[in-house]
Amino acid sequence: MTTLTKRGGCGGDRRTLSRAGRRRLTGIAMTTPALALITLFFFVPLVMMLWMSLHNWPLLGEHRFIGLDNYRNALHDTEFRTAVVFTVKYTLITTPVLFVLGLGLALLVRQRRRGARFFQAVYFLPVVVGLASGAFLWLFMFQSDIGPAGDLADHLGLAGRTTNWFAGSTSALLVVISMVTWKIVGLQMLLLLTGLQSIPTDLEEAARIDGASRLQTYRYVILPLLRPTLALVLVFSVAGSLLAFDQFYVMTSGGPGNSTITAVYEIYRTSFIKFQLGYGSALSALLMIVLVAVSAVQILLLRSSDH
Amino acid sequence: MRTRNLKGRPVERDPKDPENLPAAIRQSLPRTAWWAVCASLAVLFLYPLYVMLSQSLKAPGEAAAAPPTLYPHELSLDNFRSLGGDTGINILTNAGNSLLVSLGATLATVVLSTLAGYGFARLRFPGSNLLFFATLATFMIPFQAIITPLYLLLNNLGLQNSLLGLTAVYTTFQLPFGLFLMRNSFSAIPRSLEEAALIDGCGIFGAMVRVVLPVAVPGLITTALLTFFACWNEFFAALILVTDQDKFTLPVSLSVLASGNLGSVNWGVLQAGVAVTIVPCVVIYLLLQKYYVGGLLSGAVK
Repeated sequence: MTTLTKRGGCGGDRRTLSRAGRRRLTGIAMTTPALALITLFFFVPLVMMLWMSLHNWPLLGEHRFIGLDNYRNALHDTEFRTAVVFTVKYTLITTPVLFVLGLGLALLVRQRRRGARFFQAVYFLPVVVGLASGAFLWLFMFQSDIGPAGDLADHLGLAGRTTNWFAGSTSALLVVISMVTWKIVGLQMLLLLTGLQSIPTDLEEAARIDGASRLQTYRYVILPLLRPTLALVLVFSVAGSLLAFDQFYVMTSGGPGNSTITAVYEIYRTSFIKFQLGYGSALSALLMIVLVAVSAVQILLLRSSDH
Repeated sequence: MRTRNLKGRPVERDPKDPENLPAAIRQSLPRTAWWAVCASLAVLFLYPLYVMLSQSLKAPGEAAAAPPTLYPHELSLDNFRSLGGDTGINILTNAGNSLLVSLGATLATVVLSTLAGYGFARLRFPGSNLLFFATLATFMIPFQAIITPLYLLLNNLGLQNSLLGLTAVYTTFQLPFGLFLMRNSFSAIPRSLEEAALIDGCGIFGAMVRVVLPVAVPGLITTALLTFFACWNEFFAALILVTDQDKFTLPVSLSVLASGNLGSVNWGVLQAGVAVTIVPCVVIYLLLQKYYVGGLLSGAVK
């Protein structure tokens, strides 16, 4: 009988909570599992990281509070500094390359022509390939003697078949950047394409009718409207490049001569090869600050573009 | 020189004026040139995937040949067979691990983000907005930055070197994105739909499952797809948090192949392993392109 009344009208049972109260409780119950997981595996480690960074914390044995010593050491650590400089260099090269090529592809497939959608899908295809698996693939392509890409370069007269691409830090970096471009540029293309398509064509036409040249139209009409997309695309590749690890771990192992060790790679080595967990945490905290700053810049860029 | 546009009308502007040059070039760019450029680029993009397939299908002797052959002169599945244990890994175990972790994390992410997304969108409680923004804040902090304490934490919980632990970590890091996507899907559904269900006698949960959820299915598929891809391809956490070879996921098992046997790497077998890792992603992408691309965009334009 009770079930029947309940079915008859939601919230009819006056002895229990009001309907609004029940909705609130249900809301709490439904969000709790997700929030609990995020708290346990995100916020707890976050606090732990800050705590550990103030300690000398080996994997085994006692840890000891040392205040800000880890941070002080980080500032004078030449290995870490080299890694940071290399990461910044990598970011400064990768970001414009990806951006220019992504924009080029977007303008190319933006044309309303038969085949444009097909080419879009093809250029986007490598995006679904994992960074690590892509790196293993390109590692083979550029092996000396047996690598097909080296063989191709030989036929084109660009470089000998026996060239060891991973022996020099510049050529190794070149191969890694080519791989990353192949894998990521489709995503940049897609984002820029969507940004371009969200601009109403009548705005462009109006500017043209008012006598603006095509360049002027790009500069004064399209570019300002594209700003949120530009901010997004730039932050995407800056943040991604600053966190680079997989491609260097797989393709260069940080070599030759530790010249391609990135910031995350250095953290990995500190924490999981040298097992200096406290120092690794301090380096992680520094990395986190940089990335939060990058995100903050993104938010600022997006904000100011709303006006 | 007067250029003509596609419809054959003369272009009014002087093409020699540098300001108008791009316009002139673009308008006069013949269809064939566009096709040629696009097609060459397509070859460039597909070439590595071709190399992967052709190398993995070569017979072992041919796969080690220098200079490399352009295509497999003799098709052979020997490289794939070698993945079954001859070269240090058993790919079926590793693929099983990958599948288990990816599907587990996907299921958990979908269920938890649906529940919480609905809660945040429709069942507001004091502090719910604050909590939602706290989860969004996790977007700003990369998980690479907290891997060291995470390792220690999992160690203390007995979840280090365990697929369950890896699944929990993956779920945690996919959740904020899924939550964001699902909350937006639910917010976009008109309230009246849900109210009608409530008036018709559904409970809050019933209204969600029977009325609101079906409308949010595209968002759900997108969340599932993006989570699956991210977990299947993840390398960094899997490398650090799992230490036993028989618990490795596919990308990490490739590093065992690449480190070689007695100093020599069998590149044919490695490419067969790469193919096993990559091909499922490509197939799923081709089948569910619409959801994947749409989801990436809705997530990116947050």
